[in-house]
Amino acid sequence: MSIISKLSLTEIINGIKNKKFSSEEITKEFIENSKKSKKLNAYITECFDEAIKSAKDFDKKKDYKGLLSGVPIAVKDLFCTKNIKTTAGSKILHNFVPTYESTVTNNLWSQGAFLLGKLNCDEFAMGSSNETSFFGNVINPFGEKLVPGGSSGGSASALAAGLTPATIGTDTGGSIRQPASFTGTVGLKPTYGRCSRWGIVAFASSLDQAGPMTNNVEDCALVLQAMSGYDPKDSTSADKKVDNYISNLTEKVKGLKIGIPKEYRVENMPNEIDNLWKKGIDYLKDAGAIIKNISLPHTMYALSTYYIVAPAEASSNLARYDGVKYGHRAKGKNLIEMYENTRSEGFGDEVKRRILIGTYVLSSGYYDAYYLKAQKVRQMIKNDFDKSFNDVDAILTPSTPSSAFKIGDKSKDPVSMYLNDIFTVPVNLSGLPAISVPAGYDKNKLPLGLQIIGKPFDEQTILNLSLAIEKRANFKKNLEVWWN
Amino acid sequence: MSIDKDTVKHISKLAKISLDEKKVDSLSKDLTSIMRFIENLNKLNTDKIEPLTSIINASLKSRKDEVVDGKIRDEILKNSPEKNEEFFVVPKVIE
Repeated sequence: MSIISKLSLTEIINGIKNKKFSSEEITKEFIENSKKSKKLNAYITECFDEAIKSAKDFDKKKDYKGLLSGVPIAVKDLFCTKNIKTTAGSKILHNFVPTYESTVTNNLWSQGAFLLGKLNCDEFAMGSSNETSFFGNVINPFGEKLVPGGSSGGSASALAAGLTPATIGTDTGGSIRQPASFTGTVGLKPTYGRCSRWGIVAFASSLDQAGPMTNNVEDCALVLQAMSGYDPKDSTSADKKVDNYISNLTEKVKGLKIGIPKEYRVENMPNEIDNLWKKGIDYLKDAGAIIKNISLPHTMYALSTYYIVAPAEASSNLARYDGVKYGHRAKGKNLIEMYENTRSEGFGDEVKRRILIGTYVLSSGYYDAYYLKAQKVRQMIKNDFDKSFNDVDAILTPSTPSSAFKIGDKSKDPVSMYLNDIFTVPVNLSGLPAISVPAGYDKNKLPLGLQIIGKPFDEQTILNLSLAIEKRANFKKNLEVWWN
Repeated sequence: MSIDKDTVKHISKLAKISLDEKKVDSLSKDLTSIMRFIENLNKLNTDKIEPLTSIINASLKSRKDEVVDGKIRDEILKNSPEKNEEFFVVPKVIE
């Protein structure tokens, strides 16, 4: 790996501004790295020629006003990109070319960045290991047999391996934070409504949020700044001023109250995770924060609630894939048979399971028992957080109950896969912002992350606390390149 | 709660996904284990709780009802698996 692609995003942007290197030079480096790293299977679509053209245009214009001036960025293939194939990791969209650009990617381009490629992900973002993608599983640069996490697995792998200087993912139940934790990178899920969902292939609309994935906390603040904001095209996006996350970024967190929820000390959690959590507490104490024990009593019901609400919304959102207006179409004797065959051929196993669960819990006679019940429990889970935030400014937990696991280890048992999201799911159910920041390694030298959960629209506080942890954990990504 | 094969067939009809016998069998097992996993919710008394209807507190804004885009028929048709001039084509519906 070359020197430039080891620089942080912020360093790259400053380097371009100060004419240490051109946009074209750094773009070529990331393309070179990407071309050498096919083993990781991080890309679904490469846009290398277009990226070089954009870089050359940038170098001619020399317009440094944007936050991301001159930077190539590869994004999860769930964001619709105008005239560039967008698959959502699914066969049913294998040939779909959007005629429009998602608001969030458009925001990045308005700040001077340009598209490097579309990154692999679990099919329709349904998965925690990137194994459900129609385009094959992604490899974690931390080990040839390891999953990168999911669903933003291609994003996490590409970022950790130096194929893109930063990326964006989406997080419905942990799909940014869990892969960030598995790859030693920083991932932030913003408050529901902070970023527009317009132009993102929908999974579960009341849970989905796009967010940044970066090599450090400073870069994270920068990308979040660039992508956030109100969008009239998404009626659930928040018409609230976006803070200046970069100029307000500080590791001075003295006096902030941090909650430690006892319910996150789950059964069979490895000692290493518990020890990492204790270290995190020490780091924040050292930074002058005040630690408080809190209780989130309905945490144990979060996964069950999620696996009713998310499939219910998914079954409704994915009804649009019928082989008529776009995507894959199968043959059929009549219209209904064409629909049924198209959806049978086009969707993978996990997506089918979720559509069927969702259809079941919404079907006549079961709606009250499952869906309505889940929405009541969801309210109770949210109330737990609301109550806690009367006493604390943020909450510290581990990001995941384990480090990256082996390919194939959990893919045969859907429920064991679901348990991976135990610490991340409650945050989506409650619409809160949360970040995963790398904080250490386990005995197998695999990275582990800590999660900080914030109050609604208080992304600044969780960024600042992450910075305080980052400075103290002194996490180094000691990766030998074996995947070229 | 178990999801037997007949139930799988019924909901796959509702969801418009055709399944062969083997798939029905494996889905019946998978969905049963997922529904068992979900069942701990029944232990919780929710009688006095209002269901959550929106995760954002703000009420939705109203806007003027005006056309802001359009005239993109040809672009939209480009992605269609089968089209005929300005129409999407589907298998015959009326005999």
